[in-house]
Amino acid sequence: MNAPARSFRVLPGFRLTLGYTLAYLSLIVLVPLAAVFLKTFTLTFDQFWAVVTAPRVVASYKLSFGMSLLAAAINAVFGLMLAWALVRYRFPGKKLIDALVDLPFALPTAVAGIALTALYAKNGWIGQLLEPLGIQVAFKPLGVLVALVFIGLPFVVRTVQPILEDLDTELEEAAASLGAVRWQIFRHVILPVLLPALLTGFALAFARAVGEYGSVIFIAGNIPMVSEITPLMIITKLEQYDYTGATAIAVVMLMFSFTLLLVINGLQAWTAKRTGRNR
Amino acid sequence: MSIRVSNIDKRFGDFVALDKVTLDFPTGELVALLGPSGCGKTTLLRIIAGLESADAGRVLLDGEDASGTHVRERQVGFVFQHYALFRHMTVFDNVAFGMRMKPRAQRPSEKQIRAKVHELLNLVQLDWLADRFPAQLSGGQRQRIALARALAVEPRVLLLDEPFGALDAKVRKELRRWLRKLHDELHITSIFVTHDQEEALEVADRVVLMNRGRVEQVGAPEEVYRRPATPFVYGFLGSVNLFHGRVDGEAVRVGEDVLPPDVLTHEAGTFDHGAEVVAFARPHELDIVVDAGATAGVAARVSRILAFGVTARVELDGVNGTNGQHFEVELTRDQVAALGLAEGQAVRLVPSRLKVFERETAGAGAGAAA
Amino acid sequence: MDGETYREEPLMSGAVAMQWSGAGDSAARFETKAATREAPLVKWLIIGLSLSFFAVFLLMPLVAVLVEALRKGWETYLTALLDPDALSAVKLTLIAAVIAVPLNLVFGVAAAWAIAKFEFRGKHFLITLIDLPFSVSPVIAGLIYVLVFGAQGWLGPWLYEHDIRIIFAVPGIVLATVFVTFPFVARELIPLMEAQGKEEEEAAVVLGANGWQTFWHVTLPNIKWGLMYGVILTNARAMGEFGAVSVVSGHIRGETNTLPLHVEILYNEYQFAAAFAVASLLAMLALVTLGLKTWVEHRAAAAHNENQDGTS
Repeated sequence: MNAPARSFRVLPGFRLTLGYTLAYLSLIVLVPLAAVFLKTFTLTFDQFWAVVTAPRVVASYKLSFGMSLLAAAINAVFGLMLAWALVRYRFPGKKLIDALVDLPFALPTAVAGIALTALYAKNGWIGQLLEPLGIQVAFKPLGVLVALVFIGLPFVVRTVQPILEDLDTELEEAAASLGAVRWQIFRHVILPVLLPALLTGFALAFARAVGEYGSVIFIAGNIPMVSEITPLMIITKLEQYDYTGATAIAVVMLMFSFTLLLVINGLQAWTAKRTGRNR
Repeated sequence: MSIRVSNIDKRFGDFVALDKVTLDFPTGELVALLGPSGCGKTTLLRIIAGLESADAGRVLLDGEDASGTHVRERQVGFVFQHYALFRHMTVFDNVAFGMRMKPRAQRPSEKQIRAKVHELLNLVQLDWLADRFPAQLSGGQRQRIALARALAVEPRVLLLDEPFGALDAKVRKELRRWLRKLHDELHITSIFVTHDQEEALEVADRVVLMNRGRVEQVGAPEEVYRRPATPFVYGFLGSVNLFHGRVDGEAVRVGEDVLPPDVLTHEAGTFDHGAEVVAFARPHELDIVVDAGATAGVAARVSRILAFGVTARVELDGVNGTNGQHFEVELTRDQVAALGLAEGQAVRLVPSRLKVFERETAGAGAGAAA
Repeated sequence: MDGETYREEPLMSGAVAMQWSGAGDSAARFETKAATREAPLVKWLIIGLSLSFFAVFLLMPLVAVLVEALRKGWETYLTALLDPDALSAVKLTLIAAVIAVPLNLVFGVAAAWAIAKFEFRGKHFLITLIDLPFSVSPVIAGLIYVLVFGAQGWLGPWLYEHDIRIIFAVPGIVLATVFVTFPFVARELIPLMEAQGKEEEEAAVVLGANGWQTFWHVTLPNIKWGLMYGVILTNARAMGEFGAVSVVSGHIRGETNTLPLHVEILYNEYQFAAAFAVASLLAMLALVTLGLKTWVEHRAAAAHNENQDGTS
């Protein structure tokens, strides 16, 4: 008598859309990515290890990771400053600057690469100013840093900016009424709220920088052991038809990216918790 | 159309939203589902509409099992709590939506649609707003448009989820009267969900009181207010004073004091001698006795006198056996003046009417008592 | 009073959150209150430092592209753009975008519908998987298709037998483009549709609308700005992608060169003026993208504010 009612969903299309999502995701992303891992299994562990720890490859890790970290750190500082200025101050040209912050997203990386190279070459606008100081940027590791700073900036600005905008002025007024000076308010009231977003922006910029290729290769000079980035090592192996070698390095990079993805997800959960923003 | 729900169960994870709910909604009545938030009233309404499916049990519309019928085919009018007006459509297009979505064969002509929309907008007295967008309307206007939109498909029943919940107090009162009037004109079987007891008692033909996924009491507003069937209902409908005591023969003993048997509304012999009970009295069902020699009733001390309305409210603290408890008594201002009450004064509270419940069952209600 | 207050786009992993704020200037809120403003010196120091940084790292490269492009005059500029190889690169770039954008648009809408309107297990994991292409280096994005479709790949021998070319041909370029632009529309729509809830859709269904009618008449008008935003970003990335396409292209002039690859070839051949001329085309595309993006943000914010009016 008490037959269970048929369970149904009121809105239609669940099976269709989810099925399509999973099929398309598998076809375009998951299966091809799995190919990388399966390809690696054609190597013994010793062979794999030999490829990924070859001195030239290790030098590329050091460059890629080191410069990416440094670039992300620079972006964290200046990105925060820029976001702060955009949210808190009125000044001429602000809207234009706000729109242009996303330029590194919109500008094809190859274009950014040749533009930066032209700027920082010995006869370039910036290069000729640095030359007398004995600083060379183009075709040196420093060039890699410049390119990575360029592409990473919007990540920090755009993660911090909405949190800054949401900040309740009452918090600061409360702190001021309790006798805190401006710096203390920033240090103890504002920064703790911003910190998760700032770290997220930092991690996003870092992740992007490690994998970046287009904007870097023009300015880096690509000198073995000195200014070769890891993605370039994959290309180099591919050009030599060394598919397994390229794949082995790709696996190292993927493992790193996935770990970073988890960290970023964790950071975002933290941001959500800190600021009450729901995901 | 009549609605019957029988043995409806619904869980969300571990949370029991509805527990074997069986109810009848006779044709043409306006019924209120009343209860605190989380009591399952909205879930029940959504199950009747077909927006949610029950884990077990059946929904019968006009005697026919509708459990397998999709919400599209149930011909119910549903007014959402936040109206769910289509924000990119004008008021006119919102109201016309249901008719325009009908299969081509059943769809009225655009001319008929226009006539019908204007008829409905006239009914809700908002014809002049036809070209506005929802964002340009006040809350009360949105509510009435949502109602017109629901009526456009000529529903067999009208279901309203917290219809006045998002409105401010003044508009709410107006709309309440208006909805009652509208129902008297249309006589369409209607159910509305509310957590506001005043709203339910004022508007509905019948009130269903729900708590924790169960039905506590069903009845006419007068009946549920006068004769609450459970401690929960007692506490939910209006303020109440509680006396925790023990049955002593015919009387109830509270601490050292005794509540006289003649005011108790339970039948003699309902409770065993010595049973733990809770007695309920409304603020106007208590009298204050200032005579120092009196022995009837419960001892208390006046803590505050609030005499700014037509009636005065006296707040008291319990003493002796009722230490730490608070009481509230409603008197006319003349009575207060006649008694010559002062804050801090020791008095006795003598109930004119008391409803007694056993301690365990009262536990649930006491928590919700306002 | 509307129950659900609109949230600016929540942060998700991968690329960066866009925001609908555009319209009003929030700065006044901070600058007019004694407790929330800095001394003028500090304020101008922060503005000065951050704007200098902005000018050096973002503005100068943009200006450099335009200046370098015209260094040898208009004639050289136009010659470079009207070169047959350049034109065929334009064509291929357009083809890749014209295929990738609709594919990812349909996917994005389907994914957002499933994720935002229904509850199911593994939802968050699915969102993470959708974001995956953003965390993969573009070079690896190209590599994976070489491993599947290349001469030595899984399907390589079979494709060779049937004379189908994917790698070093147009299909490979399209695939790589689809991969790198995969999440844009979905990530734009998911939070938007989640924030809008499903009450309006339910209302439509109660009123008798079927699934398609509900989507077309109720859901789509509500998400159109977010959808457009996603399409603009997808398109910009599709036309500008370099690394992934570079791996699968084979750099065959006139056949498998997209615009960014054409820039590279010219540059490596020391035809700097021509390289920058073609690059300026892409820079212009970037500026148009930013302009459109700002406009859409503005419209979305306006539409949002309109919907907030009269609530109280």
